[in-house]
Amino acid sequence: MASRAEERMQRQSARNGWLLSLPALGLLLIAALGPLLIIFVYSVLTPGQYGNVVWEFSWDGWVSILFTRDIFDGTLGLADAHLTIFWRSVSLSLMTTLATFALGFPTAWFIATRPPRQRGLWLFLITIPFWTNLLIRTFAINEVIRQEGVLNTFLLWTGVIERPLSIIYTDTAVLIGMAYVYLPLMVLPLFAAIDRFDMRLLEAGYDLYASRWQVLRRVILPIVKPGIVAGSILVFVPSLGAYVTPRVLGGGKNMMIGNFIELQFLAGRNWPLGAALSVTLLLIVTAALLIYVRAANRGSNPHG
Amino acid sequence: MKRLISATALLMATSAIAQAEGQLNLYNWGNYTSPELLEKFKAETGITVTVTDYDSNDTALAKVEAGGHGFDLVVPSANYVPIWVEKGLIVELDASKLPNKANIAPEWADVSWDPGRTHTVPWQWGSTGVAVDTTIYTGDINTSAVFLEVPAELKGKINVVPEMNDIVAMATMYAGGEPCSEDPEVLKKARDLLVAAKPDWISMDYGATERLSNGDWAASVNWNGSSMRVRVANPKVAYGYPKEGYPLFMDSVALLADAQNVEEAYKFLDFIMVPENAAMISAFARYANGISGSEAFMPEDMKTAPEVVIPEEHKAAGVFLPTCTGKAQEYITAIWTELQK
Amino acid sequence: MAERRFEIGRIPGFATVAVATFVMLYLPIATLVAFSFNEGNSIAVWEGLSLHWYREAWDNQAVKDATARSLIIAVCAAVISTTVATMAALGTTRRAKFRGETFIYVAINQPLMVPEIVTAVALMIFFGMIKVATGYQGLGYLILAHSAFCIPFAYLPIRARLEGMDLSLEAAASDLYATPWKTFRHVTLPLLGPGILAGAMLAFVISLDDVIITEFVKSGGQDTLPTYMLGQLRRTMTPEVNAISTALLALTVMLLTAFFLLTRKRD
Repeated sequence: MASRAEERMQRQSARNGWLLSLPALGLLLIAALGPLLIIFVYSVLTPGQYGNVVWEFSWDGWVSILFTRDIFDGTLGLADAHLTIFWRSVSLSLMTTLATFALGFPTAWFIATRPPRQRGLWLFLITIPFWTNLLIRTFAINEVIRQEGVLNTFLLWTGVIERPLSIIYTDTAVLIGMAYVYLPLMVLPLFAAIDRFDMRLLEAGYDLYASRWQVLRRVILPIVKPGIVAGSILVFVPSLGAYVTPRVLGGGKNMMIGNFIELQFLAGRNWPLGAALSVTLLLIVTAALLIYVRAANRGSNPHG
Repeated sequence: MKRLISATALLMATSAIAQAEGQLNLYNWGNYTSPELLEKFKAETGITVTVTDYDSNDTALAKVEAGGHGFDLVVPSANYVPIWVEKGLIVELDASKLPNKANIAPEWADVSWDPGRTHTVPWQWGSTGVAVDTTIYTGDINTSAVFLEVPAELKGKINVVPEMNDIVAMATMYAGGEPCSEDPEVLKKARDLLVAAKPDWISMDYGATERLSNGDWAASVNWNGSSMRVRVANPKVAYGYPKEGYPLFMDSVALLADAQNVEEAYKFLDFIMVPENAAMISAFARYANGISGSEAFMPEDMKTAPEVVIPEEHKAAGVFLPTCTGKAQEYITAIWTELQK
Repeated sequence: MAERRFEIGRIPGFATVAVATFVMLYLPIATLVAFSFNEGNSIAVWEGLSLHWYREAWDNQAVKDATARSLIIAVCAAVISTTVATMAALGTTRRAKFRGETFIYVAINQPLMVPEIVTAVALMIFFGMIKVATGYQGLGYLILAHSAFCIPFAYLPIRARLEGMDLSLEAAASDLYATPWKTFRHVTLPLLGPGILAGAMLAFVISLDDVIITEFVKSGGQDTLPTYMLGQLRRTMTPEVNAISTALLALTVMLLTAFFLLTRKRD
């Protein structure tokens, strides 16, 4: 009987799949995807004297991603500044993803194992801090970790440390801030995945004398994988473009990709380079996403 | 829920009737417009002014250029005014509708970026200098060396605002050049100065008012209005005018070419040139205004503040940044990228 | 049953990390709330207790308007994006693979892959043309833009929820001659609930936080709370913003408590 139903579903699958996705795709086409075509076009135009573009074809935007003509002696060299900025953004985003997972997984698990009626409440507790605006939240983090901030005062008072920790304006500060900002993006999908996890599987696992670690690795992680995939994407990709947090907590001495692209579109007045950089970032992220999703799906059929 | 719906309807309606009678849309820097000024204007003329914020000249320029913005007046900085004019985004003002134009102080009545004041009306002006805690550093603070060749006492304690054009201009002037220079030798020197000094900076951030007041930073490249607030909170902090050259800025109000409420706009432009009203603008944002006779209405603490009234001996070093050419801008961006990579 | 589930699900150390996480989440919030009661005009130097900034915020029409506008946009964007994302998730999960499925997946996640400033500039140009052509400059553009970039945030948790859901219940329902709509309404939707809730909350929060796209899309008189604060960034931040944030928080907590008590009674 199930197979008959599945057969029917299969036949309608493609049609319904497209039909159901249509409203989302339509909205994206108007307000995200479509306008982005403009960016592709702009990447092969000539920068205007005072921002914007001049409608003359030019590859300069693309060439200057990897190579810069040294403004002082005119030689063409590898744009190491651009590569440094790209690499910093990628590594910081990876660390942020790991940090949110390390904190988020136990938290999501904790919430999912509360009695059903309490779960909604705990979930809200995760999102409530995010009702306050990103800027003011970042400033609040700054208040906590700065030299004479709440954290240092408390630790000094309790005698845990003898001299204040210098966290502010370091990469650690940026990491703390980014993990803070993106935590719910990890916790919520993880929760959604863990919540449908059948705890009887754990029982079965323990009955078979599996250790807690084995159960975690062999039973829990494979099943909540879709949640991990979703969470990592939601954290990794936006942190690549992050810009307020690195600026406020890192002291703004080093740029991330987001700041660099913004610089080209605003004060730098080089829209084609900004556009070319954006397209490059888009391609890198798309490629990474495809590889990641494919790897995550390999061999894991959710119905097992 | 019902409340929400009616509130939605109301908001949608207000944005739809923005072109109706008695309305004016001002596009201005954030936290720069005195609410009392707008109330007074409404009481006198019946015109409601809606203020919308921007945070950079480039954002404002790009948005207005894209069209369909719904603004009537905009407040660009001096070095951007020629760009607005060249792109045809702002129009020449009809002087016959501005009887108070005579109130513009002589020094601001004919300026390089707007000869004869044909397109703009002064809003506020100020300077970018260095604010230093004089108990930590006792040396000369009227020099860019404070942040370009950081004295030992300030190492790791000084902040530099992330304003590309101001900072590169200060470094260029310190290196002996002019702002918007295209001379490779001078620019190379400026770049090397900045790159070498960066490890001594604690950060490149805004928020100096806060962090100089609470002692997180011992010094910062900062605007004069903010520095005055700092001094009030923390009297140890003094404001220095770098003798090698420091940037002056003036933001002026201009009428957009596609403004919908032109008559209302003229009333507002004329209104802000009344000395008493100009003083209200200054009292709120703490910058000087450029209208003769407004001094009498200024708050007491601003009349003599060394941050607002530039001392005679430092006047000569103040420079209005010119509008850089595309080439010069390319140099500046390259230096900045090198600095922040 | 609930008790048992809890016992079995206990993994040593997890509760500790979770509690630490909650403390970490609320420490900055506590600081921010504390400074909203600051007498002086600093968000970092304590000068005594006062309600000064609440009065200030209450008297500031611009702030009140911006807050209302932020909330309206966030509610609309959350509802729209969650609705279309739920449909798309149902369309792209638990079916036989079909041609174009990967395309849909990538298209839906596209807003995540582009730095905000890029989407912002693109939308500014595109909407600018529409604004000039139609003359309409209302909030619609902001709601549209927010709904679009919230879609992936709503879609991914819902999809994650759907991916492992048991098909047999729905199959059983349809075998019992339930119409597809009834099956959806009474079987799929309740099972999907937590995913939808998670998605909607994310979308709401993401919309509430957006600065750059809003800054570039807004027309005259359409400042939201974040763009209002962005304008202050270069000048001075006063505890006024803390007061607004605290008021919003208090409102949330009150609504939440009411909601919690009500649902509890029903049980």
